[in-house]
Amino acid sequence: MIELIDVRKKLDSRWVTDGLNLTIPVGKLTCIVGRSGEGKSVLLKEIIGLIRPDSGSIIVDGVDINKLSDHRMLYHFKHFGYVFQFAALLDSLNVFENVAIAQIEAGIPAKKLLDKVRQKLSLVNLGHETLHKFPSQLSGGMRKRVGLARTLMNENLKAILYDEPTTGLDPITSRVIHELIAQVHKEFNITSVIISHDIEIFKYVDYVALLHEGKIKFFGEAKTIWESDNPYIYQFIRGLPLGPIQHEIAYEETKV
Amino acid sequence: MLISFIDALGAAALTICTDVGNFTLFGLHALRILFTTRLGISKTIAQMEHIGVNSFNIVFLTGSFTGMVLALQSYTGFHRFGAEEFIGPIVALSMTRELGPVLTGLMVTGRAGSAITAEIGTMRISEQIDALRTLGINSFQYLVIPRLIASVLILPCLSLVSMICGIAGGFFIAVHVLKLSPEQYTSGIASYLQFSDITGGLYKSAVFGFILALVGTYKGYFTSGGAKGVGIATTQSVVISSIIILIANYFLTAFLF
Repeated sequence: MIELIDVRKKLDSRWVTDGLNLTIPVGKLTCIVGRSGEGKSVLLKEIIGLIRPDSGSIIVDGVDINKLSDHRMLYHFKHFGYVFQFAALLDSLNVFENVAIAQIEAGIPAKKLLDKVRQKLSLVNLGHETLHKFPSQLSGGMRKRVGLARTLMNENLKAILYDEPTTGLDPITSRVIHELIAQVHKEFNITSVIISHDIEIFKYVDYVALLHEGKIKFFGEAKTIWESDNPYIYQFIRGLPLGPIQHEIAYEETKV
Repeated sequence: MLISFIDALGAAALTICTDVGNFTLFGLHALRILFTTRLGISKTIAQMEHIGVNSFNIVFLTGSFTGMVLALQSYTGFHRFGAEEFIGPIVALSMTRELGPVLTGLMVTGRAGSAITAEIGTMRISEQIDALRTLGINSFQYLVIPRLIASVLILPCLSLVSMICGIAGGFFIAVHVLKLSPEQYTSGIASYLQFSDITGGLYKSAVFGFILALVGTYKGYFTSGGAKGVGIATTQSVVISSIIILIANYFLTAFLF
């Protein structure tokens, strides 16, 4: 279970998370939505431990990861998968090396990994012809699928975090990625958290959380979200200009 | 006016202290990782090729022409006293003790040190370093240590090339342009050049290799601010490495010779 308790983080003189509390249900697909620049990516990086909060606790399986040393944190990472917004594939490595990098670095011979890499690439609907291509030779959607395949190489995953997996993709490719995430979730039954501002994702997720001004303003089941009378989520999913979410936010979009 | 000046001075002092502190911590952490984790041999060899083999041409050219200029310049002075046989030792001692290591350090900083910063800086801003961490890979072990070791090992080799090219360049000018006999050039070298002059120069270049790789990886590792940030970090890396190399050269000379 992942639980965030009173998490506060200040970046560039503004509180990105400001006393945030959130419990992420085990084995479920949870989507965190919010306006651009609200700090959704920061929140996701706090959950995995890439960014440490200024105060508060992030409890993963009973352990406060905010108190772990950098060395212990590497072991914590081994139970998490993180799919980056732009895939973050290593430019100098081909698809095979990118997908198998963690295992190669752990000392497993590349030959022994070939079948497993092929299997994971098939899982994300990529053919074997991509094995020797470099990231610069792949489309945005293909890179994200390679990023997901790289994450799925880990057999000890307890959770997968997706940072805006459909940013910059056309609607058709976005749908393919959404379905792929749902398929992976169904197949492995792993706790998953998705950052998005694409409301199409609601069709595929179990729960939705809305982040606004550093706090979770709404948390509820995705299937009943359109009936919710929570003013924040009501305004957000309908894209209404008037409501508690102010149109002119006091800060510029920041991406960490 | 005075208050704002003091304010700016204090802010600058704080920035410098923070940078020096962070750089020192980075270096200590790198050393700790170096002695506590497995070294990636293949990555280190690849970096040796990247830093060393690809820098061979510029080291060859700078070494050769520096030796040639030294021979020309020293001839002007020694010819007045009829002491042309000292041209050889002057070129050899200058190249082995000073110019070979320092020029190699500066040239490799410009070529490979900047490339190290640009590569790691780009990896930082495109979240590739974060990706390594989330995969449970020690980014220091993966990125910093191979470059450090490669640079420390390859700089003395390049420096030796520079020394040889410089002495050979001086020989070429002395014999073919200044019309000295080959014996006049070489006999003095055999008499005055000691093995410790060469080893001292090689030790120096190993330290310069450590400096350029450490500064290069440090500036790259903490790059921020997108493509512009990578450009700034790369420039800073070359400037800082060059300055530290020149300062370190003084102290190493005082200590080694």
